[in-house]
Amino acid sequence: MSSTLLQLFNSFTFAALLFLVASGFTLIFGLMRIVNLAHGAMYLMGGYVAYFAATASGSFMLGLLAAIVAVALLGLVEQSLLRFVKGNELRQVLLTLGLALMLNDAALVLFGGDTFSVPTPPWLRGPVEMFGIFYPKYRLFVLSVGVAVFFGLWLLMHRTRLGALIRAGVDDSETVEAMGINIRLVFVATFMLGMALAGIAGALGGAFLSLYPTADSEILVYSLAVVIIGGRGSLAGAAVGSLAVALLSTFGQVWFPELSYFVIFGPMALLLAFRPLGLFGRVT
Amino acid sequence: MKLRSPWLVALALLLLATVPVTMPGYLTSLATLTLVYALLAMSIDILAGYAGRTPLCHGAIFGTATYVVMYFVTTAGGNPWLALPLGLLAALAVSLVFAALAVRTSGVYFLLLTLALGMIVWGVCQRWTSVTGGENGLRGNARPAVLADPIVFYYFVLVVVLSAAFVMWRFVRSPFGLSLKGIRESESRMRSLGYDTTRHLLVGFLFSGLMAGLSGVLYAWFNSFVSPSTVALAQSVKGLLMVIVGGVGTLFGGFVGAAVIIVLENVVSSFTERWSMVLGVLFVLTMIFAPEGIVGKLRSFLARRRRR
Repeated sequence: MSSTLLQLFNSFTFAALLFLVASGFTLIFGLMRIVNLAHGAMYLMGGYVAYFAATASGSFMLGLLAAIVAVALLGLVEQSLLRFVKGNELRQVLLTLGLALMLNDAALVLFGGDTFSVPTPPWLRGPVEMFGIFYPKYRLFVLSVGVAVFFGLWLLMHRTRLGALIRAGVDDSETVEAMGINIRLVFVATFMLGMALAGIAGALGGAFLSLYPTADSEILVYSLAVVIIGGRGSLAGAAVGSLAVALLSTFGQVWFPELSYFVIFGPMALLLAFRPLGLFGRVT
Repeated sequence: MKLRSPWLVALALLLLATVPVTMPGYLTSLATLTLVYALLAMSIDILAGYAGRTPLCHGAIFGTATYVVMYFVTTAGGNPWLALPLGLLAALAVSLVFAALAVRTSGVYFLLLTLALGMIVWGVCQRWTSVTGGENGLRGNARPAVLADPIVFYYFVLVVVLSAAFVMWRFVRSPFGLSLKGIRESESRMRSLGYDTTRHLLVGFLFSGLMAGLSGVLYAWFNSFVSPSTVALAQSVKGLLMVIVGGVGTLFGGFVGAAVIIVLENVVSSFTERWSMVLGVLFVLTMIFAPEGIVGKLRSFLARRRRR
C-alpha cells in the first residue's frame, strides 16, 4: 500500500517536471506552429548551466536564474535562425533538429560526459512525513512549481494583454499588425518564454533526474508523448498528458523495468487510433 | 519514361564496378558502407519524396534489422543466411506497427509521430540489456563465410543494392507509385477519386520499411557490431540528410547523398571527434540555403547557366 502511494507521489512530481518541459514545447508548437526539436537539448543546457552556476555561487536560486537567462538567450538565437525558413513547417522542424544535434555536442564539449546532479538548497533537503510515508521535500517543491506555472500560464494567456495579443496573433497576425502592434516582438517573447520554461525544467530536473549526455533525447520523447496525447497548444492537454505519461512510465518502470518505454507507447497508440489530434487538439 | 542520360548511368555503373581496383583496401569498405547507406536513403526517399511524408523512424527500422541479425547469429548462434529473412521480417513487423499509427497523419504530425516511435525502439534497445546488451551492444562476426573477403562482399552489396534500387525505381514509376505521388499532391482529391489513401500509404510505408530493413541486414554483416546508437535518432537524421543532400524525390540522388555524407564523415572524423556538431551545422545550413538539396541546387544552377 505505502509503496503504491510512494509511486503515486513519484508520478505526480514527475508529471510536474514533464509539464514544465512540455508546456513550453506546446506553447511554441500551438501558437507559432514551430515544432522545436531542440527543446530537449535546451532542457539539458539549462540543467548544466544551473549545475555550474549553483556549485560556483553556492545558491540554488542563482543557478535557476542563470539557467532561465541562458536558455532564453539561446532561444533568441534559435528564433533568429528560424526566421530564415519562415512559413515552411518541415524546414523549420529539420532546422531545429540540426540545432539539437549541435547543442547536444556542444554540451558534451563544454561539460563532458559525466553525470551531474544540481545541488539542492539546504531547506529543501530531507524528507517530510505525510500520509504515513516519508517523502523528499525537494520533489514536493517541484510539484508545487509545476502547479504554480500551470496557473501562471493560464492567467497569462487568458487574463493579460500579452496573452490576448498572442492568441490574436495566432488567429490572424496580419490584422493584429495592421492595428499597430509589433507581432514579431510578441512571437519572440513567446518563444523566449517557452525556452525559459525549458530552462527552469532543466534546473529542477537536473536535481532529481540528474544530467547526462542522452538526457535530452529522453526528455524530448517524453514531451513529444505528452503533446501527442494532450493535443498541441493546449495547456490543459499538456497537464493531462504529463500526468498520463508520468503515471504510465513510473508504474511501468516498477512492473516492467526493461520495457517501460513500451508502456507509454501502448496507450498512446490506442488514443491515436481514435483521436489523431490528441485529447485536447483542435483542427486549425 | 526513357532514361534521359544512358551514358551517365553507364559511367556510374563502370565506376562502381571498378571500385576494388581503383580504390583498394580501406576505401573499398568505405564504398561498401556508402552503398548500404544509399539503400537506406532511397528507402526514406520513397516516403519523403514520393508519398510526401517525411519520416524520422527509418534509423529505428534499419537498426531493428541489424539487432535481429546480430542477436540471431552471435548470441543465438544461428545461420547468417537465415538471419537475412529474419531481419527483414522484423523490419516489416516494426514498420507495420509504425505505419498503422502514422499513416493517418501528415506533415509535421507524421514527422513527430515517427520520431517518437523511433525513439521508443531506441529506448527499448538501451534498457533491454538482457537481449540487446544495453550500451555495450552486440559484437561478433555475423557475415556468411562466403562473403568474408571484403572485395567479394563489396560486389555482393553492389549487386543487392543495385537490384533493390531497380525494384524501387520500378515501384515509384508503377501506377501504385504514381498514386503515392497523387496523395502527396492532394490526399483529399485522391480519396474523392476512389483511392483508399490510407491503405496505399500503408503499403508504401511497408515497402519503404522493407528496404530499410535490407540495408540494416547488410549493415550488420558489414559492421559486426550494433549498439543503441545504430537505432538512435541521429541515424534517421543522417539518412534524411542524405536524401535532402541528394535531392528529395530523385531516388538515385540517395547514392550521391550517401557518398557526400559518408566521405564527409570520414574526413571530418580524421580531424576531430565533433562529427555530430558538423552534422548539425550541415543540417541548419542546408535548410537555410539549399533545401532542394545539393543536386537540386547544382541542377538549377546549371539550368540558369545554360539559358544564358
